Amino acid sequence: MALDEILLWTLLFLPLLAAAIITLFTSRRRRLSAGISIAAVVLSFLLALVVFAGFQADQPREYALNWLSLGDFAVQFGIRLDSLSMLMLLVVTGVAAVIHVYSWGYLAGDPGFSRFFTGLSLFTFSMLGIVAANNFIQLFICWELVGCSSYLLIGFWYDRPAAADAGLKAFVTTRIGDFGFLLGILTVWAALGSLNFAALQERALAQPGLITTAAGLLIFCGAAGKSAQFPLHVWLPDAMEGPTPVSALIHAATMVAAGVYMLCRVLFLLNAPALQVIAWVGAFTALLTAIIATQQNDIKRILAYSTLSQLGYMVLAVGLGGATPAMFHLTTHAFFKALLFLGAGSVILALHHEQDIWKMGGLRQKLPVTFWTFLAGTLALAGVWPLSGFFSKDSILALAAERNHALLALALLTALLTSFYMFRLVLVVFFTNHRSAAAGRAVETPPVMVIPLRLLAIPTVAAGFLGIEYFVARQFEPQAAARLSAWGQLVFPFQHAPLAALSGLAAAGLGFLAAYQLYAGAKKEPLESRLGAFGRAVQNRFYFDELYAATVIRAHEFLARAADWMDRWLIAGLGVRGTHGTTELLGRALRLFQTGNVQTYAFLFALGLAVVLWLALR
Amino acid sequence: MSVGLEHYLVVSATLFCLGLFGVLSRRNLLVLYMGLELMLNAANLALVAFSRFNGNLDGQVIVFFVITVAAAEVAVGLALLVALYRKRRDPRVDELTLLKS
Repeated sequence: MALDEILLWTLLFLPLLAAAIITLFTSRRRRLSAGISIAAVVLSFLLALVVFAGFQADQPREYALNWLSLGDFAVQFGIRLDSLSMLMLLVVTGVAAVIHVYSWGYLAGDPGFSRFFTGLSLFTFSMLGIVAANNFIQLFICWELVGCSSYLLIGFWYDRPAAADAGLKAFVTTRIGDFGFLLGILTVWAALGSLNFAALQERALAQPGLITTAAGLLIFCGAAGKSAQFPLHVWLPDAMEGPTPVSALIHAATMVAAGVYMLCRVLFLLNAPALQVIAWVGAFTALLTAIIATQQNDIKRILAYSTLSQLGYMVLAVGLGGATPAMFHLTTHAFFKALLFLGAGSVILALHHEQDIWKMGGLRQKLPVTFWTFLAGTLALAGVWPLSGFFSKDSILALAAERNHALLALALLTALLTSFYMFRLVLVVFFTNHRSAAAGRAVETPPVMVIPLRLLAIPTVAAGFLGIEYFVARQFEPQAAARLSAWGQLVFPFQHAPLAALSGLAAAGLGFLAAYQLYAGAKKEPLESRLGAFGRAVQNRFYFDELYAATVIRAHEFLARAADWMDRWLIAGLGVRGTHGTTELLGRALRLFQTGNVQTYAFLFALGLAVVLWLALR
Repeated sequence: MSVGLEHYLVVSATLFCLGLFGVLSRRNLLVLYMGLELMLNAANLALVAFSRFNGNLDGQVIVFFVITVAAAEVAVGLALLVALYRKRRDPRVDELTLLKS
């Protein structure tokens, strides 16, 4: 076994080991539990860095164990190491490490402290399992494990009904997508006879036609569930009921990106019609959720809708055939969205769990570190040069400009709205005067929370010109990939597709101006009165939850009631209780004969004998 | 009118039915026993009649066995009866419903 292989396996299983140790042995010792969990993930990150140091992009490697053999069908548990998974390994372990440390501060004193870190470690393992997977089965298993740990962590404060419901909603909604995903996997297996990615890549090229489209769309169902694309986007905003580090790690940086990662991983399976659908779904989700984000008042919900919108961007990029821009945006988004969520968490904690932005205000002086890092995240998300978000968003815009102008228009509109709602958030939360007593008394959060913010601010600013795009491009477009110096990367968007870059910047600028006009010094939401019915619809998230409650949930309840009736009256009533009742009735009737009197028995005996004799002698 | 096999059998059946009626209807254990003996002897009568009309001794041999076994049975039965009476001070059978519970 090569050193490399040992490192990779260790990296993968360390978080699982931590979760097991905490659950089995140390769950009563809170600080020790947290220490184990944090040590495991930091060690994983360091190991990922070591692997990265010896990494060669032109030689994808695969290590696998045979896990299950059924005839000639073998399920492997393996690790596939190429540019795609290497990048994700670094992002997942890196962001997870920072957020683990932050959680120490955020959840200090919570009675479920150890349980929380078990969940985080389990999640980290499952996510690494998805990233490393070399076949569909392993990917699917880890996919479900991720969903399970997400459920556990959303419902971490399980005594709050809202949190418990949100966990359930997230799990069930993603399960609906996963059902399609499973069907897609089975379709692929039936059509191509293998589930190993490397084997599939060789065979897929020779398989055009309807079945490929169907398989592609079914697989996209899974991605749509996990990455919360329309129409399965409803779970993500509710998932904000979980603790803020969970929102940052799972519902912003890593798990929701798993869908995009998976699509990039199996990009060769998706043909033109499937990609077309994926692109439009992505663009539509991006725009729809950006509109919703402009009228939300809960700081975490705004960020949640923003996440949805950015995921829509990534899916749009995949749909346009651009795995490189999608992965690039995924990476930068992981950094700046984790930063934004942790910043929001810092604000929430400083205000003693107040999440309504209209009760904040004037926090710029009181939480300086939070403010500056949050501002960096906002600028990156809005797409301001030279922060990371600008480059990744621009690579998507440039791709759209090249391939489909209608989608480019949608993407630009989304960019404008993104800038608008983010600056609205910043202006309302950090500027003007405090609107509540809690905001007036706020003080900066402890170093264990502030240091992660500073750490995440570094890649948020710099990830755009560190060569991430080139790193991924070597796998997907080996001919086109060109290595540029840092300065070359800084000016590349303006040379490559100046129109897209400038219009992206213009959209960001317009969004800022609109937000400044409306929200600088605002005491309450100024748009509420002006937008009327449309504004109310936006505030109520276009009534998607109500629509689903009236259709999907009601239909489901009807089915459940029908099944319940069947069970209660046909199976239990007629079947089980019927059989038991008949037997008992017969038994009661027969008991009448058993008087205990010898003479009765003798009489019955004689009677029987007489009957037999009569029958025999007749 | 000569006396044939049918006459013996009719007498035997009548005796048997009388004995059975006694067993089923009387309450006193001792009378019940007498009914039982009557049924046995009805059977004996039929066997002897068959033996006579078939011209061999098989029937009579069986009758001897029946009488012997009946004697033993009566001895055991009477012993039980006495034991039961001593225990319960009541010879009536319809009170003996211990089997029921």
